[in-house]
Amino acid sequence: MTEILKLHNLGKSFGAITVANELSFGLKQGEALGVLGPNGAGKTSMFNLITGTLKADKGTVTFDGKDVTRMSAADRCRAGIARSFQVPQPFVGMTVFENAMVAATQAADMKGSAAKQHCLEVLEQTELLHRANALAGTLTLLERKRLELTRALCAKPKLLLLDEIAGGLTEAECVSLISTIKKIHKSGVSIIWIEHVVHALLAVVDRLVVINFGEQIAEGDPDTVMKSKEVQEIYLGIDANG
Amino acid sequence: MSIENMHVTRRSKASLIASFAAVIILVILISAPLWAGRADMRLMAELFLYLSLATLWNLMAGYAGLVSVGQQAYVGFGGYMLFSLTMFAGLSPVVALIGVAILGGLVSIPIAALVFRLHGAYFAIGTWVIAEVFRLTFAQVSSLGGGSGTSLPISIIKSMADGRAARESLSYWLALGVMVAVILAVYLFLRSRKGLALSAIRDNELAASSLGINIWRTKFLVYVITAALTSVVGALIFLQKLRISPDAAFSVNDWTAFVIFIVVIGGIGTLEGPIIGTLVYFLMRETLADLGTTYLIALGVVAIVIMLKAPKGLWGIIRDRWDLQLFPLGYRVQTTQSKKGS
Repeated sequence: MTEILKLHNLGKSFGAITVANELSFGLKQGEALGVLGPNGAGKTSMFNLITGTLKADKGTVTFDGKDVTRMSAADRCRAGIARSFQVPQPFVGMTVFENAMVAATQAADMKGSAAKQHCLEVLEQTELLHRANALAGTLTLLERKRLELTRALCAKPKLLLLDEIAGGLTEAECVSLISTIKKIHKSGVSIIWIEHVVHALLAVVDRLVVINFGEQIAEGDPDTVMKSKEVQEIYLGIDANG
Repeated sequence: MSIENMHVTRRSKASLIASFAAVIILVILISAPLWAGRADMRLMAELFLYLSLATLWNLMAGYAGLVSVGQQAYVGFGGYMLFSLTMFAGLSPVVALIGVAILGGLVSIPIAALVFRLHGAYFAIGTWVIAEVFRLTFAQVSSLGGGSGTSLPISIIKSMADGRAARESLSYWLALGVMVAVILAVYLFLRSRKGLALSAIRDNELAASSLGINIWRTKFLVYVITAALTSVVGALIFLQKLRISPDAAFSVNDWTAFVIFIVVIGGIGTLEGPIIGTLVYFLMRETLADLGTTYLIALGVVAIVIMLKAPKGLWGIIRDRWDLQLFPLGYRVQTTQSKKGS
């Protein structure tokens, strides 16, 4: 399998604060990777570096065989990287359907009835169809999270970045979100998912990366990574055996 | 709910009625020279030109987030270019309007490159400074009358049409035509793919850039289009006045402050807002202007009350109450009614 994304020695600092330090890992085509780490570990910054919202100080980001390190966020999205934001960023003055249309027409370059059809299909998949005409500013938290997912999917991504999309949801809401994400993964989209709701993450991902202070501290098979003493101590802040 | 029996439409009953009403109003306005007096036509032409300025400023500030207080630069530039092209290049005023649009667009390109380096309040001040530079520059051109300005030569005025009545009708129709062209252009732009991108930028720049929208390029395009059309409106304003001077041409009060008032009270970020705002402004001006200072205080009070009580403007109140959209810019997902039932 070919690699869809490769980070090589990625580094970024804001003065004395390092948000990424020699981050290097790859993502295979069609793989789902989970990212764990305490608050402030640099997870969202890593997403910002991958999507181009932040520019790296050093290192490279390779996507789909191309070096995209110098590309703008907009160009990277058009190349196939779509994300959901941790704090939902809806276009509040537009309806849910219009939010989806922005992604379909601008990111995926679709036109006319093809774009509309695509948006309807995605809205059905993300269970937001019944709110299609609602202004995005009037949505509940769950609906806003689903709108983040909807927009990212309407962009027809090759790589989908999910940032704490299950955070703050009830158990029932979480279950239905997991099944939606599983379906997306099955359709062949590569996924990187940052999540504190660990059971949700483990239900979907093939592999885990753990980050702290901008550095990768563990990586590999989810079960092994979760059981490793290092991760339990650093990420959970407790000694599981003690 | 299944997507097989759903479809997406951009029209609504309100927008159909509105477009029908717009056609009727337009026919009545076109025929104004038959029924309106000279002073009324002049007032209406002024209203059309203010509505054009407001629609353009709204596109820039309300959608692209470019809050400029320097659009008088292009109003004045357009006026001076019309005078120059007719006086020195010998063009007829109507043909000169096309040249004014092109020159206005061209001159805005280096200015955009300059002022786009500034953001927020700095951008606003920057555009104002540029407008002052324009005013001081044109005051230096002695062939255009320098600081005291110049009048359009009688030969050029006479070349427009035979007789005073015909000239005034032409002048009126040009103002009406430009207003229709500006509203139609802005409407079609907002309805297009680029317009969808612009609405996204209006609501959330971070999300817009993450969805493949090149924010700088979109704003640049809006700035240049707005500058070109504002120059044409400026040319017509001074074609009505037949006289131009740097202070009148680059007046921040006349061409930006009142325009901002119109857009803010009408409803910024909507196409309908500037129309309502212009009507309210002219209503107030025509009924209260005799009161002098009191009139300006009244304008200020209205602006403050609306900003506090209805930040989305008068159109915002109407839209929220009745879910109206006269210009069909949005998309509505509807369930197709099956006649057989299911």
